[in-house]
Order: sequence, then structure tokens, then C-alpha cells
Amino acid sequence: MAKSVHDIVNSPKFKSLVTTRWTVSFILTFLLFVIYYGYILLIAYNKEFLAEKVGVYTNYGIILGVLVIVLSWILTFIYVLWANFSYDKKVEELKKEL
Amino acid sequence: METSIGQPNFISILFFGIFVFFTLMVTYWAAKKTKTAAEYYAAGRSVTGFQNGMALAGDYMSAASFLGIAGMVSLKGYDGMIYATGWLVGWPALMFLIAEPLRNLGKFTFADVVAFRLKQTPIRIAGAIGGILVLLAYTIAQMVGSGTLIKLMFGVPYEASCIMVGCVMLCYVLFGGMLATTWVQIIKACLLLFGVTLLLLLGLSKFGFNPGNVYGAVQDLPKVGADMLKPGGLVTSPLDAISLGLALMLGLLGLPHILMRFFTVPDAREARKSVAYATTFIGYFYCIIPVIGFMAAVLVGRDLITKVDKGGNMAALLFAELLGGTPFMGFMAAVAFATILAVVAGLTLAAASAMSHDIFVSVFRKGKASEAEQVKVARIAVIIFGIVAIGLGILFKGQNVAFMVGLAFAIAASGNFPALFMSIIWRKFTTGGAVASILIGSISATVFIILSPTVWVDIFHFKTAIFPLKNPAVISMTLSFVSGIVVSLIAPDKEAEQKFEDEKLRTYLGVGAE
Repeated sequence: MAKSVHDIVNSPKFKSLVTTRWTVSFILTFLLFVIYYGYILLIAYNKEFLAEKVGVYTNYGIILGVLVIVLSWILTFIYVLWANFSYDKKVEELKKEL
Repeated sequence: METSIGQPNFISILFFGIFVFFTLMVTYWAAKKTKTAAEYYAAGRSVTGFQNGMALAGDYMSAASFLGIAGMVSLKGYDGMIYATGWLVGWPALMFLIAEPLRNLGKFTFADVVAFRLKQTPIRIAGAIGGILVLLAYTIAQMVGSGTLIKLMFGVPYEASCIMVGCVMLCYVLFGGMLATTWVQIIKACLLLFGVTLLLLLGLSKFGFNPGNVYGAVQDLPKVGADMLKPGGLVTSPLDAISLGLALMLGLLGLPHILMRFFTVPDAREARKSVAYATTFIGYFYCIIPVIGFMAAVLVGRDLITKVDKGGNMAALLFAELLGGTPFMGFMAAVAFATILAVVAGLTLAAASAMSHDIFVSVFRKGKASEAEQVKVARIAVIIFGIVAIGLGILFKGQNVAFMVGLAFAIAASGNFPALFMSIIWRKFTTGGAVASILIGSISATVFIILSPTVWVDIFHFKTAIFPLKNPAVISMTLSFVSGIVVSLIAPDKEAEQKFEDEKLRTYLGVGAE
């Protein structure tokens, strides 16, 4: 059964697709901000903590710097997994209705 | 340690010759496959997600970030590492907010997306202004950087190296279009990742393959050792740091030469994959560059690094020379040179697309131009921008242009990103709102940078800056969003609102995407 553009765009299914898409995006963007600005504000306000040693030579600053990069990468892959396994399927279903 | 940096070096000229020969062969191959406008601007949308990820990483990992950050870490220690993390965080944001809608809505430039349901002429003009301003600032930084680096590496005169970079780059873009530019980026990204990995492994072999030992040795450096592993003066004012972070993070989402790459993949799924690969390569790159910088500080020594170049830009190359002698140094210098070429090529193609596709075809010809004419105009635009790039490189010789990259990111974050983002998500966005947000964002970012400490004090030598922040993104981006929203609400556009349904279908389902 073919539906018009207007019907599809206003269907509950399409609306929930759009809402979910932006909810996921904004949550991940928010986490990215928390990670990156958390790190920057820590540098601004607590330099002493970052200079504290974790192992023999490595300090919290170095670990956290690497962690910002690794966590950003992990967030990216969470998005990819969600999009591949959930978003794409719903898109295919909606396309069939056109 | 004695160094042969700065003298013409047979090995690096050989490697560089091989690179140029090989990439020109690729260009020849690409030129035969490039006839239509979609082939010229977007490589016929035939690039895979993996290839595009490599090319995006290539566009982003410039010589400035490879040589500059390694040098900064070797001299200033931990501050260089803070700087490195800032360059990665834009990539996840690009994925979450822009990548897939951009691919589904656009054709050749980001202005296609903004103009989707708005009036063509004003949006195209504003979009081209915002885009070209960003590209000019970025190009000046690259050309001046390349002239200086090539002079340092090979002893070639500054002007000659600008002209050389300009001419080889013009060959790629003029004849091979996006397909050649993409493959040059891929080849260069592979060489660069291979080179820095080799540098890392050879270096770590001197430290028992334990980064902890590197930090230990850094700490034992005389005089400066204890401070090298601690944050220093880079982040002092939190507001400054937040503003710079915003520019780095969201500026990526408004860089025309990066956005343009998303039109080379067939669909949104491949666009998603390409960001995932790009984030992986770039994350890896920025994780290991600081380690290389620290190792250079220990093994090469800060005295020699600053003797060769005060800014520390030769640290990575000196380190390569120490580990593998002149051949390895020559190889890495050739890679750095290739990097400069590839990045300038990408910038030129993006600028040409703004001039020819947005201005000539969409404004003067109202979208009606034959394929042959579109490609011809694009090539003329490439030649114009190429000559402008060489000219600006020579004009800005010896100037402190470090702020230009910050300017490019600030304009991108304040001029291009807000309009692009609002056109995707906001039904009530209007032509007037888009033009206001692009122009107010770009102009305020430029004016504030000139009045900021980076230019007003460091370059014009006034005592105090009129605008307090080093990077204005937090203010100029807010102005851009506010003006876009206010103008759209004052004068609503019913026609644009009605077209939003078609846009949504294409944004989320990819129906009708080119």
C-alpha cells in the first residue's frame, strides 16, 4: 500500500523515528561535552590532581588525556551500533510503505 | 647529534619524486573517469565508507598537526597533549549532528543543504561567502606553513616552495577532480599513519616498549623535567578554554572541505561508516603524536630542537633522523610535504565548488548549465583559487599566521554550522534567518578575532585587547544562532515550512537523495 509523503511524515512511526534519532544524538553529544569540558575544567581548576602519580611515572593527566580520546571514540561506535541495528531497520520499514 | 635538516637531501627528494610521480599517475587515471559534474565534484559518489574515512583523516591530519603538535609536546610537554585532544572531539559531534542528514540532503556543497527549501540566490551567496572565508583563512595558514616547513626541511627558497606546492596541487585538482584528490588523500593518510607508527615503534624500542619509561625519562630531564608532565599555561582562563573548545568541536561541522567529502559516498550508511573510520584513524594519530613528542624531548634534546627551529616544528623529523638516519628523516620529510600538497588540494577543490556550483551555476545560471559547462567553470575556478593561494602564501611570508587556523574554525563554527544545523532540524527556519545567521556569525567571528589578544596584542602590539577572549566562538556562535532564530520568527515563511515535509523524508529516509 503506497502512502503519500504527507501521510508518512505524519505517521506515528516516522515521528518516533525522528524523536529517537535526535534523543540518541543529543544524549551522546551531551556526554561528549561532559567528557571534554570535564577534562578542560579539571585542568583549569585542579592542576595538582592531574600531576599526581598513578603508577611509577604516569600521572592522572596523561591517563585522562588518552581517556578523552578513547571515550570519544567509544561514543562514536555506540552511535554506529545503534544506527546499524535499530535506525536502519526502521528506515527500511518506512521506505516500504511509500 | 649532527643534523642534515635544511640541506637538500637526496633520499627525501627521491621519496618525494616517487610520491609525485605515483599521484600524478593516479590523477591521469582519475581524469579519464571524470566527465560529469558529479564525477568532478563528488567522484561520481563511488567512494566507499572506508576510503572516505581515510580521505577525511587525510584532510584533517595536516603537516601542522603532525609536526606542530609533536614539536609543542617536545618543548611544552603536557600542554601539547591538551591541545591534541581538542582536535579529535569534533568528529563524534560531526557524526551525531550532521553527517547523515548532510549526505541525504546535499549534492556538491553544504549550501545545497541550507538552500534545500529556502530561496536559492541569497542562500547561495551567503553560503559561498561563509565557505570561502573559512577556506581562505585555512589556506593562508597552510601555504605559509608549507613555505616555512619546506624551507626548513630542504633549504628551498620560500617563494619557490609556495609555487611548487601550488602547481603540483593544481595538477591533481584540475585534471583529476574529486576522484584524484580523494586518492591523493588516501595515499598520504596511509604514508603518514605508517610513518608515525614506525617512528613510535622504533622510539619505544629504546624505552623497552613501555610508555611509562618514556614519562620517567621526561621527568628526569634537567631543569624542566618536573613541569613537562603537568598542565602549564595553556588553560588558565576557563572561559577562554571553553570558547576554544567550542570552535574546535563545532568548527569541524562547518569546514567546507570536510563537509564536501560526504557527497562522495553513495548513501547515509556509508557516510556513517566514513566518520567511524576517520575517528579511529585520527584518534590513533592524536594518541601517539604526544608520545613521539615526549620521546623527541628525551632523545633529541630540547636544545637541538630549538636550535633548528624556535617553534619546535622539526622535533619529529630530528627524532626520525636520530632513529633511522638520513633515509628515515628523508622519508618523513617527504611524507610531511605530501601532506601539505594533499591538504591544499582538498581546500582548493572545496573553494572552487563554492565559486562555480554555488555562485556561477546556482545564482547566475539559476541551476541551468550543461554538464560540460559545469566542469569547465569548476576548472576555471580551480585555477583562480590556486593562483590566489600561491599569491596569498607569498604575500603573508614571514607573518605570524598561527591565528588563521583558529579564525577558520571560529568562522566555520559561527557562520556555517548554525545555519546548516537549523536548516536540518527547524521547520520554521527561513531564508532571512539563514542569511542573517551566516553573515552575522562569520563577520562577528572575524571582527572579534581581530580585536582579540591573538591579533590586537600579538600582531598589532597594542597593550590591551578590546575583546577579551582569544577565540570568540562562544560569543559569535551564540550571536549567529540568536539572529537566525529571531529573524526567522519575525518574518515567517509559509512556503519553506510546507517544503519541510519533503525535506524530512529525505533527511531521515534518504528518499530522493542524489
